[in-house]
Amino acid sequence: MNRLHLYLLSAALVIIGMSVAIYKHRVLGYPLRPDYSASLWTIEAHLTFERHTVGPVKARLKLPSNPPGFRILREDFVSRGYGLTTEIEDGARVAMWAVRRVNGEQSLYYRATVFRDRAAGELPPQPPFPDVPELEPPYDEALDALLDTVRSESADVETFVSAMLNRLSNADMDTNAQLLNTMAKNDFERAQIAVSLLAGARIPARVIQVIPLLNSPHTVNPEPWLAIHNGTEWLFFDPVTGASGLESNLLVWSWDTDPFFEVDGGIGEALEIAVTARTEDALSLAEQRAHARGSAAAQYSLFQLPIPTQGVYEVLLMVPIGAIVIVFMRNFVGVRTFGTFLPVLVALAFRETNLLAGVVLFTLLVSAGLAVRFYLDRLHLLLVPRLAAILTVVVLLMLFFSLLSHRLGIDTGLSVALFPMVIMTMVIERMSIVWDERGPADAIRDGLGTLAVASLAYVMMGINLIEHLVFVYPELLLPLLAAFLLSGRYTGYRLSELTRFRALGQTKD
Amino acid sequence: MATAIGRAGVLGINRRNADYIAFYNERRFYPLVDDKLITKKLAKDNGIPVPELYGALNTPRDIPRLGKLVADHQSFVLKPSHGSGGDGIVVIDTHKDQRFWTCSGHIVLWPELAHHLENMLGGQFSLGGHPDRAMVEYRVKFDPMFDAVSYLGVPDIRIIVFRGFPVMAMLRLPTRSSGGKANLHQGAVGAGIDIATGKTLRGVIGNESIGEHPDTGASITGLAVPYWEQMLVIAARCYEMTGLGYLGVDLVLDQNLGPLMLELNARPGLNIQIANGAGLIPRLEHVERLAEPALQAEDRVLWVQERVRGKSTGWCMGQSD
Repeated sequence: MNRLHLYLLSAALVIIGMSVAIYKHRVLGYPLRPDYSASLWTIEAHLTFERHTVGPVKARLKLPSNPPGFRILREDFVSRGYGLTTEIEDGARVAMWAVRRVNGEQSLYYRATVFRDRAAGELPPQPPFPDVPELEPPYDEALDALLDTVRSESADVETFVSAMLNRLSNADMDTNAQLLNTMAKNDFERAQIAVSLLAGARIPARVIQVIPLLNSPHTVNPEPWLAIHNGTEWLFFDPVTGASGLESNLLVWSWDTDPFFEVDGGIGEALEIAVTARTEDALSLAEQRAHARGSAAAQYSLFQLPIPTQGVYEVLLMVPIGAIVIVFMRNFVGVRTFGTFLPVLVALAFRETNLLAGVVLFTLLVSAGLAVRFYLDRLHLLLVPRLAAILTVVVLLMLFFSLLSHRLGIDTGLSVALFPMVIMTMVIERMSIVWDERGPADAIRDGLGTLAVASLAYVMMGINLIEHLVFVYPELLLPLLAAFLLSGRYTGYRLSELTRFRALGQTKD
Repeated sequence: MATAIGRAGVLGINRRNADYIAFYNERRFYPLVDDKLITKKLAKDNGIPVPELYGALNTPRDIPRLGKLVADHQSFVLKPSHGSGGDGIVVIDTHKDQRFWTCSGHIVLWPELAHHLENMLGGQFSLGGHPDRAMVEYRVKFDPMFDAVSYLGVPDIRIIVFRGFPVMAMLRLPTRSSGGKANLHQGAVGAGIDIATGKTLRGVIGNESIGEHPDTGASITGLAVPYWEQMLVIAARCYEMTGLGYLGVDLVLDQNLGPLMLELNARPGLNIQIANGAGLIPRLEHVERLAEPALQAEDRVLWVQERVRGKSTGWCMGQSD
């Protein structure tokens, strides 16, 4: 029952940690990789009109709602003196401005900041199958003939639609398509014809309006796009070229062809949509979104802490990562080290220099300190004053190395100043005791073990991706905790024991 | 387990810690064995023979008292109360006018010895470096029977007692390379002992099988350990005394006093398996499965010896190669 308890606890820790992390990644968009930047677009819809006499005005503007492939980070409205409500009409969001007494030129603004998120967006439910349209002669025969040709050239809904759009746009060789094309005056109407033709094949289709989001500032006009339902999902087509798919820079603004705006009480109304792009650090983007949602994840985020405190946690959160190395090397491999977590501290000390300089300094300091320790031993000092003496010698040695390396023009020597000397002193003291009691072979072996484990811990703790993950998703330490709990019940052999007890394995056979 | 040593039933450190020590040894009993002064007092109260305690040095101020404590004793042993693995132990063979001769013949002057004691009290040899106490005790007069197979130092007998049942035993013989210490990882010779007969099985140094002592050249197989039954009973009784289910009992044989219990270990090492050429797991599992814990110490020893003689599963001793 003890084991079950452990497994349940570990499972709970993994589930909690992973679900918080997945929530933060999926919903709040915290990035999984460091130095990941996201593109943000600011879309500004500027509605203008005039009113020559004083009187009431009502204006409606369609707003993008859950466009597929994008998320709205924030939106705001600028409309002095107007009352504003947003409503849902037929599944689409609409902004309604109203004012009782106004005259002169009017400007209403809607501004939205959106960013790309492949998983985002909501699609309308599956539409009913349309009725076959009844066209006048000669269009009806042209329609039937075109449908027959296209049907013979296609295998499924997708290929059917692209074959048909192809024929419509390259109408030179198909007289039926030519005839049908004469009904359309612009791209919208051409798309509408395509919808009628598809209705002839009982394929539900609708013309939707999209705006392109480009990377340079530009004004845009809504463009028609075809949305077709093949019975299981929505498919998108360019009604002009017949290309399938919704390009990743197209934002679906509206799922019908109605105009975006409507002004009641004004004249000369016009809408200008401007798009500007900028890139932003994905992390700060996620923070902003979490804030906008009022999510606890943002309120309890490490980024709320003052920068120096963040710096401390950046290091502290890596300590458990170093601990994995210790657990692995000690309990699974069987490497012997001084102290349990001393190698992690040494690894932290290496952060002040770099690995190679750290290892060299460690070796130099420890050997020099050890020599001093053995010399001091002849003086018969008490334990604590002796430790203090070694500490002082370590500080002086570090000063010496710094000065030396500065004279030689090596930079790393200067950062030695921060190389934690208490850690060095502890290593020296422990090593000298082992040296006294167990002999130099054991002391050197344990020293090398400490150095190896510390180096490995340093490398692990230096991996950018891990650092980023732990800092952005501190909850990932919960699954790590579960791993520690489970490895606490590992009762198998250590790698080193396979050699240690090798003789026993042989006698049995 | 797929490994060869797994088939041989070798107990590894991880499993020893998780399945035996953590399970059978309650932490609150640890001080009983970790503090040798407490162990000694407990043993005296329970009638288990131990080397006589001449006195304890509790603070550095007590150090000058050493002279008075050992005035009537030619030889004595200084031991950190919380020491482990024989660290910090000084064996004084004889002393005169503040000069001390160690068992290896070195002469130690009083200031040097006092410094060593200061370090000992300061915690240099104790687990975790906590301030410690020093014990001054009777120096065991080793039975000459082991003279031929030990080089200086202290030959001792380690018995693993599981839930009161002595399951494995070995004789540890100091060598020149172990510096007179009886620890296997320091180069001492280990020789497994047949629990039923008290005769040594085979010797090892490190991982290597040997037939003779490397320094003296005397054969170390087939030696009969005197007072064997008595030793097993002492070891078995340490279970009731401490309440520790997985225990290492270290015994020595005194020329005049017979077997003495030297110290107890709540985390006994695993090299005893190499010395015996056998894994501990089958025996531990056998005891876990079949033994009746209500038995008296003497009966527990008999129970194990019957198993060994009957060659029950896990008890096939004598795999000397």
